Amino acid sequence: MLNRLIYILPLGVFLVMAVYFAIGLTKDPKILPSALLHKPIPEFTLPPIEGGPGNGFSSADLRGKGVSVVNVFASWCVPCRVEHPQITRLAALKVATVYGLSYKDKPKNALKWLRELGDPYAAHGADLKGRVAIDFGVYGIPETFIIDNDGIIRYKYVGPITSARLEKEILPIIKKFSQ
Amino acid sequence: MRMGIIALALALGLTGMTTSSVLFLSTAPAWAVNPDEVLSDPVLEARAREISKGLRCLVCQNQSIDDSDADLAKDLRIIVRERLTAGDSDAQVIDFVVSRYGDYVLLKPPFKLATLVLWLGPAAIAGTGLIAVVMFFRRRRSGAAQTGAAQQPAAVTTTTTPLSDEENRRIEEILKDGTP
Repeated sequence: MLNRLIYILPLGVFLVMAVYFAIGLTKDPKILPSALLHKPIPEFTLPPIEGGPGNGFSSADLRGKGVSVVNVFASWCVPCRVEHPQITRLAALKVATVYGLSYKDKPKNALKWLRELGDPYAAHGADLKGRVAIDFGVYGIPETFIIDNDGIIRYKYVGPITSARLEKEILPIIKKFSQ
Repeated sequence: MRMGIIALALALGLTGMTTSSVLFLSTAPAWAVNPDEVLSDPVLEARAREISKGLRCLVCQNQSIDDSDADLAKDLRIIVRERLTAGDSDAQVIDFVVSRYGDYVLLKPPFKLATLVLWLGPAAIAGTGLIAVVMFFRRRRSGAAQTGAAQQPAAVTTTTTPLSDEENRRIEEILKDGTP
């Protein structure tokens, strides 16, 4: 009996490894798990984009005012341009307050971008040195965070949001944490 | 004989590996650290370099932030130096980055429950292989000893079982008569 088992063992080991590889090798290594998921947002205060409207925003704005979305963007970021219509759509649905974090962008360019493509954000803040973004664990924009009423990060997406992702992931998560 | 060949192959492999790694290391990497980032205190700077070498650049994932020219790597290098200047210990600096980017930023993964398979897996597999090899040779030897024919080729003796009394009796009969 034990002899039989030993002959089957390599096959078993192979199958286990095959399953691991089948899952592991099809994952995109560029997409990292977020260390801040289900953790409180970092403390920050962002000034407005220089010469632009509003007063910027801070971590205090993200607490106790329902679900918020923080979208990290820059005018030099091509995928940001691609996802912009979806951010606009999300903001128009008024299910969450959408904030724009302008990442290492020249104020002039950021404002031009907002003028050209439209400004869906309830408020935006300029992170000129990218320090607040680093506190959020941002490593490649666009990145989008969903933050619940208590200021806990509940979801993070790296990359441009497509309409499918908006409908199938973002909106359901916002709904879930709105209750 | 066969053992000798295996040992030779192993030795050759090891020399090859050492030579290639020496060659690889001897090509000095271009410094990504810009002169304006370097701290004036050489002790702090040395610590910053050492920490930076262990932190992964998240944009170009197989480089450390010390090697990478990416913007984010530069920002992180500056943060490492700022924290050190502010009096943080090496561990505090590393914690600062890990709390934002997770264990993934550590080029050397930490030893904990989630990484147990990673750290112990290779040793476990090699150990299992070693045990299997030892068991194989032991069984072969004990099999040979049982038949009392240790000098015989192993492949033959492992499958032989001692003759029963009945069989021995028949052999004697055959040898006597010359007919079955």
